[in-house]
Amino acid sequence: MKRKELVHRLMQMVITLFGVSLLTFSLMYLSPGDPVEMLLEVADTIVSEETIAETRAQLGLDKPFHVQYFRWLTGVLQGDMGMSYSAKMPVADRLWQSLPGTLVLAASATVTMLLISVPCGILSAVYRNRPLDYFIRGISFLGVSMPSFWVGLILLYVLGLKLRLFPIAGGEVSFDRMVLPTLTLAIAMAAKYTRQVRTAVLEELGQEYITGARIRGFPMHKILWRHVLPNACLPLITLLGLQIGWLLGGVAVIEMVFSWPGLGKMAVHAIEMRDYPLVQGFVLWIAVLYMGINLLVDISYTYLDPRLKKGGC
Amino acid sequence: MAGLTKDKFLFWLYTFFVLLILSFAIFAPWLAPYDPYDAVMRQSLQAPSGEHLFGTDKLGRDCLSRIIYGARTSLMMTLSLVAVITVVGTFIGVLAGYMGGKVDTVLMRIVDMMLAFPGIVLAIAIAGMLGGNIVNAILALAAVSWTKYARLGRSLTLKLRQRDFIAAAVTNGSRPLYILWRHILPNILPTIVVTAAMDIGTMIMELAGLSFLGFGAQPPTPEWGLMLNEGRQHIQTAPWLMLYPGTAILIVVTVFNLWGDSLRDIMDPQRVN
Repeated sequence: MKRKELVHRLMQMVITLFGVSLLTFSLMYLSPGDPVEMLLEVADTIVSEETIAETRAQLGLDKPFHVQYFRWLTGVLQGDMGMSYSAKMPVADRLWQSLPGTLVLAASATVTMLLISVPCGILSAVYRNRPLDYFIRGISFLGVSMPSFWVGLILLYVLGLKLRLFPIAGGEVSFDRMVLPTLTLAIAMAAKYTRQVRTAVLEELGQEYITGARIRGFPMHKILWRHVLPNACLPLITLLGLQIGWLLGGVAVIEMVFSWPGLGKMAVHAIEMRDYPLVQGFVLWIAVLYMGINLLVDISYTYLDPRLKKGGC
Repeated sequence: MAGLTKDKFLFWLYTFFVLLILSFAIFAPWLAPYDPYDAVMRQSLQAPSGEHLFGTDKLGRDCLSRIIYGARTSLMMTLSLVAVITVVGTFIGVLAGYMGGKVDTVLMRIVDMMLAFPGIVLAIAIAGMLGGNIVNAILALAAVSWTKYARLGRSLTLKLRQRDFIAAAVTNGSRPLYILWRHILPNILPTIVVTAAMDIGTMIMELAGLSFLGFGAQPPTPEWGLMLNEGRQHIQTAPWLMLYPGTAILIVVTVFNLWGDSLRDIMDPQRVN
């Protein structure tokens, strides 16, 4: 990727972040719930009208929309995302607290997903229209049609409650607590990705040079390793970036199922508590994470695709 | 030709299943053995039996009846969602593609912005912020899903605009709206419809997901995602509460996915595999 292109992409990211933050900010402004009442209700004391008004003024919620947004924006640009109402700590700190849980889970789910779907996809493509292919395709079709949170509940019931292999509810980040949520996310992603691997490998297998190599008597595994995989890998990396985008959203639901202490669970609670600064910070973080990953994907192209390294494109 | 008949056969087979599911939703009051809202506290959390085939929930409501009524809720939500995003998205896309210029640039910038962001995260935030109910869940998912149709509508329109018959219509002095309605729309409709049909399954799951989180259907509405959420608390004592609603989602999503795929296959036989 050339420098000019990179600058262009970064500019686009900034514009997107701006747009997304404006959208969520207006939603919060329009939303019917009152964070002040929620805040004071939690304190479990009887509150007077004055206290409510005072707190509102304190939080700057009595100001008009553009003033609130501008104040928030200048804060963010200086690294200050505001105070979380419910956690009573700076939003940035709360986000840092929850980030490791989600990152660890996302990473292990992605690795597990690749370990499942790459071999399955390749097998399915090589044994196209044979029983093994039908079997793998059938399973992946079922996987696509199952809501991930339900898969999570089933795993929880069978592996956690009946067979007692894993602890059932989260709490802390630890290996044995991570197995079930990892599996759940990996299954959901692998169902889609296996099909994509299959398609990419099939596309490559259909090329004439493969037929040439086979006619010359190269063994299939050599052809797969030396030719098919490196070539099929490029579109697959793009699709992986998209999968990770799904993962960042799907993780929220799965974290709720397993009470996993990550960003998703934090966000759902924040929304329920009408903790606007925290929700706003969460959306912004996810946006940065997602766009950062996709930028990395595109940059990796430059190294993986020799055609781009020569300065073409 | 043999392949063609097989595709047609499969399409009609899946259409039959789709109609079966739809009739479950439509005739729910006649098919359900009990009132889905009728709480009988004495019969709380009963295991599946002859009396209650799928057991009862915490409030003693019949699970089978709630699942049958749930088909109503889920399908109504999903079909309105798909209808909204298809119409709005396509309209915006076709407009951008046909008008070109500034309109196109602005609209496509917005689409790019939405695509540069994981939709479901935003949908959760929107649905939660607006307050959990069915309409808000539909709005939230619509807000993040219309972009796909805008992209599609735009690219299809751009391709068509270069064709001679459009140029002929323009030369004839047809007004832009007339051209859009009479020439562009009928030509892009098949692709849009196939895309919409293939989206139904995903949308059922995403709506159920929002309800599961508490940002969609609210109690006491019979809705599968919400039922799974309620059943989650009794996973140890009443596993049937999570088994049946989940299976219902699985079956319905599978049927709609198969139907969407088979519709694509008969509409566009070249794209098979």
